[in-house]
Amino acid sequence: MDLFLKFLVAAVAAGTPLLFGTVGEILTEKVGHLNLGVEGMMALGACAGFMAGYATDNLLLAWLAAFAAGLGGALIYAVLTVTFMANQNVAGLTLTIFGVGLSNFFGIYMLGKSESGSLKLPEAVTAQMRSVDIPVLSDLPVVGPLLFQYNPFVYLGIAVALVCAWYLFRTKTGLNVQAIGENPGAADAASIDVTRWKYVNILLGGGICGIGGAYCSMIINGGVWLSDSVGGLGWIAVALVIFAAWKPHMAIWGSLVFGALRVLEYYVPQSMGIPAALYKMLPFLMTALVLVISSMRRSAGSRIPGSLGVNYFREER
Amino acid sequence: MKKFLSILLAVCLLALCLAGCGASSSGSQAAGGSSAAAGGDATGAGIPADQIKVGVIHIGDPADGSGYSYAHDQGIVGMQQALGLSDDQIIRKNNVADDDAAAIQTALEELVEAGCNIIFATSWGYMDYCEAMAEEYPDIIFSHGTGSKSNGTNFNNYFGRIYQARYLSGVAAGLNTKSNKIGYVAAWGTENGEVTSGCDAFAMGVYSVNPDAEVYVKTTNSWYDPEGEKAAAQALIDLGCDVIGQHCDTPNPQLAAEEAGVYGVGYNSDMAKDAPGAVLTSVVWNWSAYYTTAVQNVIDGTWVAGEKVDNYYGGLAEGFVDITDLSDLCAEGTAEAVEEARAKILSGEWDVFDGEIEGNDGQMHTSEYYLDVNWYFKNVVVK
Repeated sequence: MDLFLKFLVAAVAAGTPLLFGTVGEILTEKVGHLNLGVEGMMALGACAGFMAGYATDNLLLAWLAAFAAGLGGALIYAVLTVTFMANQNVAGLTLTIFGVGLSNFFGIYMLGKSESGSLKLPEAVTAQMRSVDIPVLSDLPVVGPLLFQYNPFVYLGIAVALVCAWYLFRTKTGLNVQAIGENPGAADAASIDVTRWKYVNILLGGGICGIGGAYCSMIINGGVWLSDSVGGLGWIAVALVIFAAWKPHMAIWGSLVFGALRVLEYYVPQSMGIPAALYKMLPFLMTALVLVISSMRRSAGSRIPGSLGVNYFREER
Repeated sequence: MKKFLSILLAVCLLALCLAGCGASSSGSQAAGGSSAAAGGDATGAGIPADQIKVGVIHIGDPADGSGYSYAHDQGIVGMQQALGLSDDQIIRKNNVADDDAAAIQTALEELVEAGCNIIFATSWGYMDYCEAMAEEYPDIIFSHGTGSKSNGTNFNNYFGRIYQARYLSGVAAGLNTKSNKIGYVAAWGTENGEVTSGCDAFAMGVYSVNPDAEVYVKTTNSWYDPEGEKAAAQALIDLGCDVIGQHCDTPNPQLAAEEAGVYGVGYNSDMAKDAPGAVLTSVVWNWSAYYTTAVQNVIDGTWVAGEKVDNYYGGLAEGFVDITDLSDLCAEGTAEAVEEARAKILSGEWDVFDGEIEGNDGQMHTSEYYLDVNWYFKNVVVK
């Protein structure tokens, strides 16, 4: 029982970077743009967040820097696909290659300048990003470790997901944004500023992905800089968007499930001899299953945005 | 829309494939007999130190500041300083993926073209290309690390007895555990002799000072998996382990140990600089021990391309492997116990894998060659 509790805690920790990536990508896909650059934007955020924390000793500034770096990556993508109508798949893949490369390049550059050949966040930052300690609540048995002892990223991620869900489904702007994703021509005819809201959503989405990247470099790697720190999590986030049925609040559960699947192999006894490849496959198998089930149920509202992947040429209406 | 979905799925599949490729580059399972490189007779004229040219192929970028290629390159730099070679006598080819046939071939050809007398190929996957090139260019020495092939005339294999250092680190771990549960994050399972022999040696070191302690092993199936290594270490800590050893590339297991307030034993580089609050000691390579010996042999004419080169499997005695200075975290008496074990190995009368050894399957095992070890010592528990 105790170990199961610890497994759940580990699952939440493993799911959090996925949550940021997924929510960011949902915002982007809701305006009809598939951004395969999640991995790249996360890598940019990983580098910027880490370096900002390294230089300023301040977690909040690290978050802002990570957000700004992810946003910068998304800006490249938005200019290419929204303004210049470039192919979305190609632009996104390129952004991934660029982002990961630039992040590693800058990391190695900074390593070269460090005296010990190693970059470690100062204690002032690591203290801020360790588990929170809320009086009374954190000390409760079971509930304490399960709900009130995570690092601040976890709570930020859930808050961001809930705010994004509220924004998309409970505000007029959000409904307009969804209309753009379904049918930009119709939205345009209803005098919604398609280009403006596409930019806003893509940039916000990129920024949120960036914070997820900072989680990888700061929490997963314990505050020591490593190359390729995102390590493919961005790709899983892209799959998780489908799993979450394009709903940010569903992404909270989705990332918990995917996080659990990612740490499962270390909590199920390896002496049972289940091949590691099976565990690595599980998240994607789940995604395929969800695709099958959701296409059978045909429930409205959990469908893929109607114009996803198609650029909007106003003159072709 | 269907078309679109299929693209999306295809991309996910592609990502999966790429992840798979990364994981499959399994390690260095050397086989065959070993023959330590010792002096031997000079069989021909050497090459003057100011004329020799040395080529190196790295799988990664030494600029990375830590990790595999960095450690090898520190060895090359150490050799250069020891022998007083100038910078233009050393030619490096960096970032040569060891599964990219064209890149390996090109790198080797360029080093030959540049007039190298000896070429160090530092990764397992370069082996077959070195073998072929050695046949084509009999007057150049191709020295391949972590492999299993050699031809005795101009193509050799080198590797270190890292298990000896791991045994010493096991002594330190065994004396510092209170829960008698010691975790070990292993890159690969018993299919990989290098990892398994290291784990066994660590466990035997633990057993020699603390027969009640068990070593819990979790496998990540990758040399480099930041998230997986952290998760594996965390899971071991959750099982009650209070010392975390590792055979994988990132310092994440040590950082997880530091965050949880338990001890750790690092690997590859001195991980005390990453996790000073946890690391008891680190198991480290000193590749310059080999690189200096090898180049010196070529200069002296002990090794002559086309006539004679030896394989090299140095250990503690040669200074090829070692543990870093014990940290202040170690319990009293640790240093003495480690020194005792070191003296036993250095005396040459005993080595870690001597004789029959009981495995955790209840069987007795003997091992001719440490890289063939594919069983766990009796106190190892796969968790």
